[in-house]
Parts: sequence; structure tokens; C-alpha cells
Amino acid sequence: MPASPGVDSGNELRILGFLCNWCSYGGADSAGVARLEQPTDLRIIRTPCTGRIDPLFIVRALINGADGVLVSGCHPGDCHYVEGNFHARRRLETLKRILPVTGINPDRFMYTWVSASESGRWQEVVREFTARIHTLGPAPRMSDTLTETLAAEGLPMQATNGVK
Amino acid sequence: MKQSIREALPGLDLVLGWEQGWDALHATPLFIRKAEDVDRLILGPTCVQSLAVQLPSLKGKKVGIVVKGCDSRAVVQLLRERLLDRAEIILFGFGCDGVVSLKRLTKVLGDLDSVTSVKKTDDRLVVESPDGRREAAFDDVCAPKCLDCAWPNAVESDHFAGPRLEPRPPAESKTALERFEEKSLDERFAFWKREMERCIRCYACRNACPMCVCRDKCLAVSRNSKFVSQEANPSESFMFQLIHVMHLAGRCVSCGECERACPMDIPLGLLRAQSTAVTEELFHEQAGTDPEAPLPLLTFKTDEETIEERD
Ligand code: SF4
Ligand code: SF4
Ligand code: SF4
Repeated sequence: MPASPGVDSGNELRILGFLCNWCSYGGADSAGVARLEQPTDLRIIRTPCTGRIDPLFIVRALINGADGVLVSGCHPGDCHYVEGNFHARRRLETLKRILPVTGINPDRFMYTWVSASESGRWQEVVREFTARIHTLGPAPRMSDTLTETLAAEGLPMQATNGVK
Repeated sequence: MKQSIREALPGLDLVLGWEQGWDALHATPLFIRKAEDVDRLILGPTCVQSLAVQLPSLKGKKVGIVVKGCDSRAVVQLLRERLLDRAEIILFGFGCDGVVSLKRLTKVLGDLDSVTSVKKTDDRLVVESPDGRREAAFDDVCAPKCLDCAWPNAVESDHFAGPRLEPRPPAESKTALERFEEKSLDERFAFWKREMERCIRCYACRNACPMCVCRDKCLAVSRNSKFVSQEANPSESFMFQLIHVMHLAGRCVSCGECERACPMDIPLGLLRAQSTAVTEELFHEQAGTDPEAPLPLLTFKTDEETIEERD
């Protein structure tokens, strides 16, 4: 059996998780509190609701070099805002089915529902998704970012947009 | 058509139509304000561009517009999104049997200078110029969207001129999207990388799109854009394309204006075709065909029959 992926094995990939504050973030938190072992590749971004997740967040992440994106929220019917995840479901499904024409592997994106009490399920979701992304390997890149281009040419990064 | 425009004109601020451009191959938008302007109106295979793109900026005026099937779908979709007021719009519809793609025509007939006449006879297109008379099979030179046009007649109209036409039977050969789907994901990605290297970020694809209504508030050109930077590279250009595609999901009326307007000949229609196929499959409806239907991405069902539950 190969070493579990992650920072210790030096083969960590970039996986982004958009988690709803009310359910899945709670689920991930309780998984942590319960010390359930999880791969370390996932970087979590906490959102107020899956309904807040613009599908373009996911596109931007995939185009910017994320190897996988996971979205997780409350089970349909359990949304803190009643219908946020119902709206999200249509948008996320639409995006998932559009991805094949772009050449971005739709398997790099997954959305699911995990409640705050399902720490075990959270562990399963992260393990399975991380394993899937490791099978796919690093995502192909369309182009280097400006930072990478400048670094490759040995040039300093200049401040843009007033942000240093 | 001219007669009904003349009759309606006194009650309208203007009527949008087409007139002949610098040669017979090019039609250009005509803004009819006076009775004598009506005489310059032309209808035919060169009336390519969608005039509906003008409508949102004319809100508040009473506007007439001449529409082919696909143009009328854009108007209907704008009405459906409450971006236009039905009471302010008069539709002059007709049955359209196809328009010319200048790109395809040039491929088949070579460069065409100072064309003096363009005629469609049954299934041929005849072009006359000082260099002589040339002709081609219409299917080889028409806009790709016309090959299997399901809505040749204006979907909605206040005045309808001429006979109503039968929809074209779907083209037998595979669609461009189906051919593209034969490539592997990696090949598709490499394809877009190459195409996006040619993109000059002129935004013509967006500006020609009748359903792009944010204009100078577009996410892509904000001074402090959160989604796409001004960096010129394929991934930023592709990001811009995907903004367009996602913002048009469930709204795109397949008019093909984005692809036609692209000066770099980038096959943007592939991305739109996928989005249209997906939203039709998920929501069982076509954009721009029913002004009253709710927008699929602004509503939901608690149990979605077409979406597999993910728990
Ligand atoms: S798609 Fe249909 S309505 Fe539109 S130009 Fe082609 S034939 Fe005419
Ligand atoms: S995205 Fe292209 S095909 Fe769709 S409505 Fe806009 S211009 Fe027409
Ligand atoms: S019209 Fe073509 S070149 Fe211009 S921004 Fe759109 S895709 Fe790029």
C-alpha cells in the first residue's frame, strides 16, 4: 500500500474545499476534534452557505492550478437559509456537466452534502476525494501566472493593483 | 413588412432593421426614424447580425425591431428576464431560411471584393462581382447555426411578414460539438490552450452577445476585478470565456453572434453548445422560447429528477 498522500510523504497536491459554515465546516471541525485521520492536501475555505458559492470560484481555482475542488454543504432540506443549497445544486451540477468541453477533467470537481454531526462521513469524503485526485495526478496548466513567469525569468514581482 | 413598419412608425421612436452596407454582401443595422428610411430596409441572407443586442440600451423608448427566428429568441429571453418591457417593443417577425457566414463563404469562394449582388435560389447562393459570377451550395456557406435551425420563424411577433417556414431537419452529419467530443480531455485542454493563445481579449464576443447586458459593469473589466486579471495569457482569456459561458448558462439563445464576431476565428460556439445541451438536459427547456417561464438557474425543485443525489 502506498504511503498516504500528504505533506509528510512530499507528494501533496492542491485541493480546495469550499465548505458551508453550518454543516460541512462543522462536520470537518468535529472530525478534527475527534482526531479522525485525514489527508492534508485539502485547504478549506469557509463560506456562509453553498448558495454563496459562485461556480466561477471553482472555475477560477481550477484554472489557477488547483488539482481538485471539493464543495460540501448541508443535506438538501437542511439548509440554514432554507433553500441555499437547492440553488447551489443546480448551479454546481450545471458547471460539472459543462467542464468536459473545456478539457478540465470533471472528476477534479466534486460536490456533496455532509452535516455537522457526520464527522465519520466527512473523513470518508476527504479520503476518497483526495485519493481520486492523486490517481489523476497534478492538473495540466493552461499558462503560468505572472508571478511564475517573472520568477522563471529571475525578475522581481512588481506591485499590482496597489497590493504589495 | 415595409407596409406594416410604415403603419406602426408614427407610434414608435425608432425601428431597428438592416440596410445594405458597403457592398451587397454586407448588411448593416438600419435605424428607421422617418417614413423614407423604410425604403432602405432589406431582408435576406446577408442580414446576419442580431439587432436585439441594441434593445436593452434603448429601454424607455418605444422600439420596433425586425427579427428572424434566432433574433426573436433573444428578445423573448430578454423579456423573460424582465430586462425589456413588452409594452415598449413591437416585433416585426418573418420566417428566415438562413444567413450567410462570411468566413465559410470566403473559404468556399475565395476573397470576394465589391460584390454587386447576392441571391439565394433554393439551395444555392449566387454572388456577382466585377470578377464574375460565383456560386456555392447554401449549406456550405450558411452560418453553422442555420444548418439545423429549429426556430426559423419569429417565436413572438406583433406583425409577421411572409410565409411561415418549416424547421430544418437536423443536419445528418455530426455537430461540431459531437466531433469535438471525440477528442480526449487532454486534447481538448490543449486545443483551448492553443486557441486562447490567439485570443486578443477584444471582447467582441461579449459585445455582440444579445444576452450580455452588464456592459461596462462586466465582471471581466472591472478596475479591480476579482475573477480575471488584465494579464494577457491563455488562462486569463479562458477564464473570461468561462465567465461568459457560466453567465449564459440557461440563457444562451444559440444565435452564434459570439463566434461570428470573433476576429480571431476562435470556435467559441463549442463552449456555448455544451452549455446549451447541458441546461436543456437538466431543465428540459430552451432559452428564449417562452417569455413567462421561470429562469432555470433562479429556481429549483426540492427533488431534482435530472440530478443524481449526492449523499
Ligand atoms: S438560425 Fe434560423 S432563424 Fe437564425 S439565421 Fe439561421 S435559419 Fe435564420
Ligand atoms: S453566448 Fe453566443 S450564442 Fe449564446 S446568446 Fe450570446 S452571442 Fe448568442
Ligand atoms: S472575440 Fe475572440 S479574440 Fe476577442 S475576446 Fe472574444 S474570443 Fe478573444
